[in-house]
Amino acid sequence: MKPLDRILLLITALLASYQVVQGIAGLSSMAIACYTIGFGVIVIASLMMLILGFEVLDSPLVVIASTLIPLSLALGLVAQFIRPILIPYGIFTVMGFLAIVATRLVGPKKLAVITLAVVHGVAGLTIFFLPIVIAFQAKTPGGFAWVGIGGMLIGLGGLLLSFLKAGKPLLSRGRILAVFPGLLLLTTAAFVAGFTFV
Amino acid sequence: MPKSYSALRTLKAKYWPLIKSLQTFLLLLTGLAGYMSARCPVFNIGTVLSVTGSLFISISGSTVLNMWYDRDIDARMNRTCWRPLPAGIISPPEALRFGLLISILGIGWALAIDLLYGAIVFAGLFFDVVIYTIWLKRRTCWSIVWGGISGGMPVLAGRALGLGYIDWIGLALTFAILFWIPTHILTFSMRYFDDYKTAGVPTFPLTYGFQFTRVTIAISSVIAAVAMIAAAVGIGMDWGYLRLIGVLSVGLLGLAIAMSVRPSERVNFGLFKYASLFMLGAMVMIVLDVI
Repeated sequence: MKPLDRILLLITALLASYQVVQGIAGLSSMAIACYTIGFGVIVIASLMMLILGFEVLDSPLVVIASTLIPLSLALGLVAQFIRPILIPYGIFTVMGFLAIVATRLVGPKKLAVITLAVVHGVAGLTIFFLPIVIAFQAKTPGGFAWVGIGGMLIGLGGLLLSFLKAGKPLLSRGRILAVFPGLLLLTTAAFVAGFTFV
Repeated sequence: MPKSYSALRTLKAKYWPLIKSLQTFLLLLTGLAGYMSARCPVFNIGTVLSVTGSLFISISGSTVLNMWYDRDIDARMNRTCWRPLPAGIISPPEALRFGLLISILGIGWALAIDLLYGAIVFAGLFFDVVIYTIWLKRRTCWSIVWGGISGGMPVLAGRALGLGYIDWIGLALTFAILFWIPTHILTFSMRYFDDYKTAGVPTFPLTYGFQFTRVTIAISSVIAAVAMIAAAVGIGMDWGYLRLIGVLSVGLLGLAIAMSVRPSERVNFGLFKYASLFMLGAMVMIVLDVI
């Protein structure tokens, strides 16, 4: 791992740590818990990559753990802005996560990829569209749309890694790893920037 | 002026490698965090500087005496044979004089600040040099317990200075350090197994094997994290910092489990680094929470 990658991962871990500590004033404990899980996974993932190197991405547990980022952030956004659908969305999130774990551990590879794509996709779309729509409706300051940008970036990162894991990489492994620390930093920065507007 | 500057540089080049600066600074940070955790007037710059100075000198003194006594072991190990004493850069009597001088200075300074604080700092030095290094290190692998206890003294001393007495939070912080230190020592004893074997130092891997050592590291890391969380709650740290300590603990637990279930050199060293980062982060958070 290059020194620059290490620096980018360290900044990412510090930014995500800042968000965990800062929390968001006035939110329900459900939303705070979801955001803590999402940013907490970013903190741990950055530190693990920093300490153990990119090889850590080869672990099957990484797919499962990294799924927690979009799922928990999406659930946090729903808890914060569209509470009426919190229970069904929460059930979808929990069931989706369990399905990802189950298919990763025992299911056929194709089913695992489809499950991941569906659950990840719904969460990714939620993170991308919901903040932009909320900001567009002026329910929050316009800067909150940055969370949507973060959602787009993490979706991109998730896609690159998922297809790499599925054996059909969109880019070469070397190229993905070259852009990954920067992409993770941009994603985290966009999330943190967006949440300062709430 | 340039002459004195050059003399200072020479002195630094000669003596600085004797104090294991990274370890000393981490222990110094724990002492400052312990002091600040008492939420006393931390911006009393005079006291903060005195704590910093007395702890830095005492810990350095303890390390120098440790290096002086272990120079024969260091000479037999590839990892440490470059140190100033085995490498012949400093003679043993010179190192002993330097170690005793700064130890007496540091303890004297600590006692002048506060008797209880000074007594705990002295206990740390005594446990490290006499009990751990001179008495037990060459006899039993369990000597690391005393290494851990001595490592926990700076944080206890700092908190006792802030409060004026020893409380359960200070003991929990000491416990956290006590259980963090084996992570450090045992990881090195596995990584440099042949070195320790050649030097004839009894270690956990030599006595009980690698798997037992790995499980010991995993368990002690988790206990260190639990003690740290208990102390953080007791201090009344802000919820945000508690959340972050919780998050970091999950990572530590994950690595501890990974090391026990699927052991490897990489995960082993990763846990050691992560545990150090965890302890550093927790101490920084205690300081930030007060500031």
